[in-house]
Amino acid sequence: MTMDLFEVGVMAAKIMMLVLVLLHVAPVMAWVERRGSALMQNRLGPNRVGPLGLLYSLCDAIKFIWKEDKAPGHVEPFYYTIAPLVSIIPAFMTFAAVPFGSSIIVGDHTVVFQIANLDVGLLYVLSIASLGVYGIIMCGWSSNNKYALLGSLRSSSQMISYELSLGLSLIGAIMVFSSVKLGDIAAAQGQTLLSLGPLNIPKWGIFIQPVGFIIFITAIFAETNRLPFDLPEGESEIVAGYHLEYGSLKFALLMMAEYVNMFVGAAMITTIYFGGWQFLPGMGRLSVMLGSAFSLDGMAREWLRVLLEISSFGLKVGFFMWFFVWVRWTLPRFRYDQLMDLGWRVMLPLSLANIFVTGFLIYLGVI
Amino acid sequence: MLVKAKLGFFQRFYLIEIVTGLYITMKNMLFGKTVTIQYPEERRNYSERFRGVHYIKATNGVENCTACMLCPTVCPAECIHIEAGERPDKEKYPIKFEIDVLRCCFCGMCEEACPKDAIKLSTIYEMSQMQREVYEKDFLLDQRGSK
Repeated sequence: MTMDLFEVGVMAAKIMMLVLVLLHVAPVMAWVERRGSALMQNRLGPNRVGPLGLLYSLCDAIKFIWKEDKAPGHVEPFYYTIAPLVSIIPAFMTFAAVPFGSSIIVGDHTVVFQIANLDVGLLYVLSIASLGVYGIIMCGWSSNNKYALLGSLRSSSQMISYELSLGLSLIGAIMVFSSVKLGDIAAAQGQTLLSLGPLNIPKWGIFIQPVGFIIFITAIFAETNRLPFDLPEGESEIVAGYHLEYGSLKFALLMMAEYVNMFVGAAMITTIYFGGWQFLPGMGRLSVMLGSAFSLDGMAREWLRVLLEISSFGLKVGFFMWFFVWVRWTLPRFRYDQLMDLGWRVMLPLSLANIFVTGFLIYLGVI
Repeated sequence: MLVKAKLGFFQRFYLIEIVTGLYITMKNMLFGKTVTIQYPEERRNYSERFRGVHYIKATNGVENCTACMLCPTVCPAECIHIEAGERPDKEKYPIKFEIDVLRCCFCGMCEEACPKDAIKLSTIYEMSQMQREVYEKDFLLDQRGSK
């Protein structure tokens, strides 16, 4: 495959844009989490630095940079140093296969708003996302601290238990869309499932795989170590879990990996169950309205469509990011035996049953 | 011992309970009244009987205190130090009146014990200092509050 200058430029621009977005996830989410939790608890939250307290994240970053980057004497220096990198690199890599818009024809080139439409898309995301646990295990092991080790052990066992139901819940979606290419999955959800008079119900994953969606989102919560499944960091039991011995920028990297993982999780939920870049209800009418209001011609209309698609994807992902925060400040932490009980005795049989029911419905020709 | 709580029919599904919880947090976020007091701009209203920074009440520029030593006697923290002296127009007066405010527990016993209504606790509660402070007589003679 040869690439000309135009394609290389487009690719570089896409990568640059996504990396910038992913780098800003952590500071923005830190703000959302602080202010959101405060409002839910009838407080105001930090609101002094900058408008609405938005610059606290910047202060955090400055603080993290200027803190002494000190490693305690009892750690395994090599693994201790590379562990944050090992956890953040897979988090960034996964986003390469997520489509955040459809395509546009510029001249004689088709620009696809996805970095790589891999043939193994979904499997690539799953496999790279599983690599993230190595970083956590390395953190816990190299810290030479029993609490950190306990945290990383919990994390790894939790990931193994929930990755099963995560993968199995996706099999239902793969069966329905007959593809593991994320671009195809997102594109397939543009069809209409049901037409009820003026109301069109699109063929989004949530409407054809509701049980799969519930299993998937629960498993994502466990995979990203968010409450109610944040046992790896259970501060009341094991101090701070796997990042106990970390400070300064290394700690910031670990936090960032956590938030980027959340972002990837939200993007996966959006792509598979909420139509990816497909328009939100009302956006189709909005694009027609804007098109006629500014009397746009063919090419400008296409760009407007792409812009609306990207913003639709962004809104959906933003909602799920908010959902992570919302659930975090609503539900208490699970006990460890409850977590394992839910994973193995509820989620696993349920996801298997979901596959059988989906297969049966496909056999009957319902979906 | 693990005691299992009996759950109702709908509670056993758990999902319904989660949705109820999410509804409650969202309700609090959107319609809940924030209770935060934004300190330097807004202040909490304390009762008139609040016991804050001490002062010695003065009438016509002369302190009411006669150095009777009732307050250092009653003080449970032993933080009041008085040295008595004599003056032509007044039999007895404090040459030195010091309160080691780090030891003070703001119980207000000195205020209750004082027969001359001299030592008082004002309603001022902002008392952070850059160094460890002992309140001298000059400082205490500053009339704060209006009790």
